[in-house]
Amino acid sequence: MAEKLTLNLKELSKRTEGLASGHRACAGCPFPAIIKMILGAADDPVVVANATGCMEVVTTIFPYTAWPVPWIHNAFENAAATISGVESAYKALLRKGKIPGNKKIKFIAFGGDGGTYDIGLQSLSGAIERGHNFLYVLYDNEGYMNTGIQRSSATPFAAHTTTSPAGKVIPGKTQHRKDLTEIVAAHNLPYAAQASPSHWNDLIRKVRKALSVEGPTFISIISPCVPGWGYPEHMSIELAKLAVETKFWPLYEVENGYYKINYKPRNPLPVIEFLKPQARFKHILNRPDLIEEIQRFVDERWERLLWLEQRKPEENK
Amino acid sequence: MAVKNRKRMALTGNEAYAYAMKQINPDVVAAYPITPATEIVQIFAKYVADGLVNTEFVPVESEHSAMSACVGASATGARVMTGTASQGLALMHEILYIASSLRLPIVMAVVNRALSGPINIHCDHSDTMGSRDAGWIQVYTENANEAYHSVIMGIRIAETVNLPLMVTLDGFIISHEMEVVEVLEDQEVQEFIGERKPLYNILDVDNPITVGPLDLQDYYFEHKRQQVEAMKYAKEVIKSVVEEYNKKFGTDFPAFIEPYRMEDAEYAVLAMSSAAGTMKEAVDLMREKGEKVGLVRLRVFRPFPFEELREVFKNIKAIGVMDRADSLNTMGGPVFNETRSALYDLETRPKMMGFVFGLGGRDFPIEDAIHIIERVKALKEGKKVDMVEYIGVRE
Repeated sequence: MAEKLTLNLKELSKRTEGLASGHRACAGCPFPAIIKMILGAADDPVVVANATGCMEVVTTIFPYTAWPVPWIHNAFENAAATISGVESAYKALLRKGKIPGNKKIKFIAFGGDGGTYDIGLQSLSGAIERGHNFLYVLYDNEGYMNTGIQRSSATPFAAHTTTSPAGKVIPGKTQHRKDLTEIVAAHNLPYAAQASPSHWNDLIRKVRKALSVEGPTFISIISPCVPGWGYPEHMSIELAKLAVETKFWPLYEVENGYYKINYKPRNPLPVIEFLKPQARFKHILNRPDLIEEIQRFVDERWERLLWLEQRKPEENK
Repeated sequence: MAVKNRKRMALTGNEAYAYAMKQINPDVVAAYPITPATEIVQIFAKYVADGLVNTEFVPVESEHSAMSACVGASATGARVMTGTASQGLALMHEILYIASSLRLPIVMAVVNRALSGPINIHCDHSDTMGSRDAGWIQVYTENANEAYHSVIMGIRIAETVNLPLMVTLDGFIISHEMEVVEVLEDQEVQEFIGERKPLYNILDVDNPITVGPLDLQDYYFEHKRQQVEAMKYAKEVIKSVVEEYNKKFGTDFPAFIEPYRMEDAEYAVLAMSSAAGTMKEAVDLMREKGEKVGLVRLRVFRPFPFEELREVFKNIKAIGVMDRADSLNTMGGPVFNETRSALYDLETRPKMMGFVFGLGGRDFPIEDAIHIIERVKALKEGKKVDMVEYIGVRE
């Protein structure tokens, strides 16, 4: 167990070199900050596996790297399988005395929503089911942004992407988002959570908690995308915050099967406040029926979480 | 190929593979079951369950994840092995290239099985031939005994060159048939393979490195070019490791090619894997009739031993090349195509024809082997033959 789960800004600022500057992420992209928070949150040294995607592309173009920790990229759909191999080798080498017994290393895989919800879902499911000791971090920008903004199963209803275009007949994506955190939770893993870079203290606490637990853990982090969502580049963290305040992106955790919503907006905003600043939704601003459908979906998911939260562990009853 | 005064065990090809893996005692095995290679995984899982090996066994959910986990594990400097066949190898295809370009010496036991479609579970070489340009060393073995020893040699070869290596044997024909295998002692295996000395190690948190970065127009080509050099180096290493092994353990395995009754041969057949055994028998029968025919068994397909083939075939008038896979390019199989290319620069270029046989496990009886020899003889005599003939098929 980490000594304490929360870190203040001063402590955090001393803990990490973070991601080196000079990486090629878009101006305003929040995931460099997310990586920095995660690396800063870890007490032990970490080894990272990264799925193909924006993060891999912008942080590593040979012969440069922005990563201050050992890092491996294998392919798109196999970050979880790759880290499971790294972690298995670590266990074998420890057992055989080929690395010192006191050498503690934590294993983290990063994937975007394409590499996690879609093409990498099987590999993630397998690695969690096998019980490897690793943290999987999903940075969810709700589409295939690296290839130029295509729909994924994380793309919200009615959002415009290049493969769910807002056309004269079809107004963007015709399906709602898949609930990946729930799918992951169904693996009965020790810890799964959703976080947002706007609530950095919550995010860091979740990472520290995940890394302190034995077995597979999972954190899904909303990561607004400037070109993919279509908003001014200074607004990324604000949009992440709006996602939380509208209950579009609930901050919650599932620990040993028990749900806890970590933040309940006192005066939740209507979902339109989250949609309005984004170009990908501009075609539905005059379609109250579609906005209502998104609101209905958000409310239903929230109600479900509230219901799930009612089941408490024995000691808390 | 007899090993002198060795412990003899009755093993199927799969059991021989698994037994070699037990003696190697790798750090990590990540594998997934597939007919006809399933036994390798299940026998090895039992070794793990019984504490006979100290390996971390990762029973993955697909072959894609098997090879992905092998890549992650091997990048730590660990010794890593797996096994598969057919569709499993095809599903790994993407990651095979990544394993070789990251210079990871993963050793894989492959049981040759026809690729779908139509779906079939029996032997041909379409699976490993489909992986021929993936940058892996490929060793094709004739029988269980050779497969066993080739896996052990394979560890040394792969870890010296820093390239992945697959050892193949024929599905069911060898994988499920019991033969005598003359095995080494555990200690001998361990001494021969030694410790892996990795190029890099991603568990070295004090010296962090980035493995598998994006590599664009300005460097990708140089990295691929280095893989060619690695394959050239593999030729030297295969030769020296096989020689050392033979010397140390009294075996007589050929490094790249096994010439059979080629001394005064006027025409010859080139064959691989178990079919070479049948063809040896056919050559003997034809020799009894006074035919000056010989056989060359091709043991290593990657790197392609073009120099050795030029040397052995330089005075041969006609050659028939056998392929247990078809390139569907309308000019035969890959062994035929590459051998023809290799011999093109000979001053006295032999006449050549290709034979595609045994697809989907179609039996290859001695009569068909004799028929092939007769067709090559006809080619030698200047009679009209097709460039590629299909053996044992209804058409």
